[in-house]
Amino acid sequence: MKILVAIKRVVDYNIKVRIKSDGSDVNVDGVKMGINPFDENAIEEALRLKERGLASEIIAVSLGSTANQDVLRHALAMGVDRAILLETDCILQPLGVAKLLKAVVELEKPDLILLGKQAIDSDAGQTGQMLAALLGYGQGTFVSNINVNNQEVTVTREVDGGTETLAIKLPAVLTADLRLNEPRFVKLPNLMMARKKPIENISATELDVNASPRLRLIEVTEPPPRKSGIKVKSVQELLQKLKELEGIEL
Amino acid sequence: MRVLVLAEHDGQQLNSSVYQAVTAAKSWDGLIDILAVGNNIEQVVMQAAAITGVARVLRVDAPHLQHPLAEDIANTIMSIGTEYQVILAAHTSFSRNILPRAAALLDVAMISDVLQIKDNNIYMRSIYAGNVHATVQSIDNIQIITIHASSFSSANREGNAEIVSLKAQAAFAKTRWITEQHSISDRPALSSAKVVISGGRSLGSAENFEKVLSPLAKKLGAALGATRAAVDAGYAPNEIQVGQTGVVVAPELYFAIGVSGAVQHTYGMKDSRIVVAINQDPTAPIFEVADYGLVADLFEAVPDLFNQINSNQ
Repeated sequence: MKILVAIKRVVDYNIKVRIKSDGSDVNVDGVKMGINPFDENAIEEALRLKERGLASEIIAVSLGSTANQDVLRHALAMGVDRAILLETDCILQPLGVAKLLKAVVELEKPDLILLGKQAIDSDAGQTGQMLAALLGYGQGTFVSNINVNNQEVTVTREVDGGTETLAIKLPAVLTADLRLNEPRFVKLPNLMMARKKPIENISATELDVNASPRLRLIEVTEPPPRKSGIKVKSVQELLQKLKELEGIEL
Repeated sequence: MRVLVLAEHDGQQLNSSVYQAVTAAKSWDGLIDILAVGNNIEQVVMQAAAITGVARVLRVDAPHLQHPLAEDIANTIMSIGTEYQVILAAHTSFSRNILPRAAALLDVAMISDVLQIKDNNIYMRSIYAGNVHATVQSIDNIQIITIHASSFSSANREGNAEIVSLKAQAAFAKTRWITEQHSISDRPALSSAKVVISGGRSLGSAENFEKVLSPLAKKLGAALGATRAAVDAGYAPNEIQVGQTGVVVAPELYFAIGVSGAVQHTYGMKDSRIVVAINQDPTAPIFEVADYGLVADLFEAVPDLFNQINSNQ
């Protein structure tokens, strides 16, 4: 079984992003970037399927500029077999990304496609479902467990108020929840070795895909802060304030 | 101008967020239809028809839709989608699974988790876990959006919509539903509870989480929530996780107990009317979003709170 994992380069999850002074976008110049955490879960799961003898080859693909080589090297250091950079200077939005990934799927013909359930920058959570739709494949979103047997993948999905189990014929598209696994720590020697491994390049212009953006970003703003609250000194004062100021009597 | 609202339900009851989605649908000056898909959904259809402002309820009722798959509902939406200028639902795990698929089938973009709907297909939504608001404009002919339910009020129940039955599409054969597990609880549902009590990693163990928070929750008729840190540490089940990667809640009263206040968490609760935080660390960021902050040892303050509420009654 061949697995394709799509990974996105995003602002590191520990960093609070700032807005450009003209409000046109967030400022990511010089900000620490990294692999989208959910995508790291997707890579980890692919590696575990290979370690269990269920997968033969794992390919990581990332879309964007040569800057994305860092997240692909991270994937190589984790243990994926091949890395593909799909180079494009297009403003990437989920539908366009899904269309470009579909072209990669047609080239590589993987049996299983793994993605993170959402990216922590745009928080859209759409690409996996869109890719499954364009390919006509079954989809398993927000998955926290994966089993493969006989051309079928069984997944547990995290849904509101519980879980759901589905069986999906391969090829299929799955999106990873954080609960799927704990990604492995990348060791320094592996990172050094990954620097020497080749990264394959595909130019988006070679693919017959219209990935142009459908949404125009007008402005970004700071969310209005919550009105500042007060500190109370005791439980008694808390109950008193809730009663006097909010009309809530507990 | 027609607007389609996708109905989430459990076979018996409409999800409360559908009422908020209908309010959002009224942002456009158009006829509002509700699409309900399932098996033997008479009750659900009647509830949908009774929502004020709904013109028609489209009923797709068939045995193979007992546990409808995203693939089946997306195909249904595709079959009628071009009759609509807007297709929307609340941003829940149900619609987050379905609407992106439907959007791709209709070759249009989707706008997730919309906080505000403005004129000319302009929307405000949050990005970076609610740290930034982005205003975007869609150029597509069909607007497919999910709304941040707590940003919209609930529509009333004084309607009398026409009910139209649609023929179900053939079942999507590549995916099979096997089973589902719902946590059985006598507490109110987290997403619609009036009072929510959330615990963080400071609770220290699953035993403490239960022992400290449950009595208070029971007394207040509150739902229990947890931070991702508490869930990751195994103190609480994932389905009660409040935050960017969990459930978004907006109760009348929210208690954050031993919660540090990571943005990941505050994203899921900052629309609450009143936030009370109890934390030993006076510098914890949760105090920045709390209306009432108590710097105290939770293992003393929570039982104290429990007892004082008792004595008031």
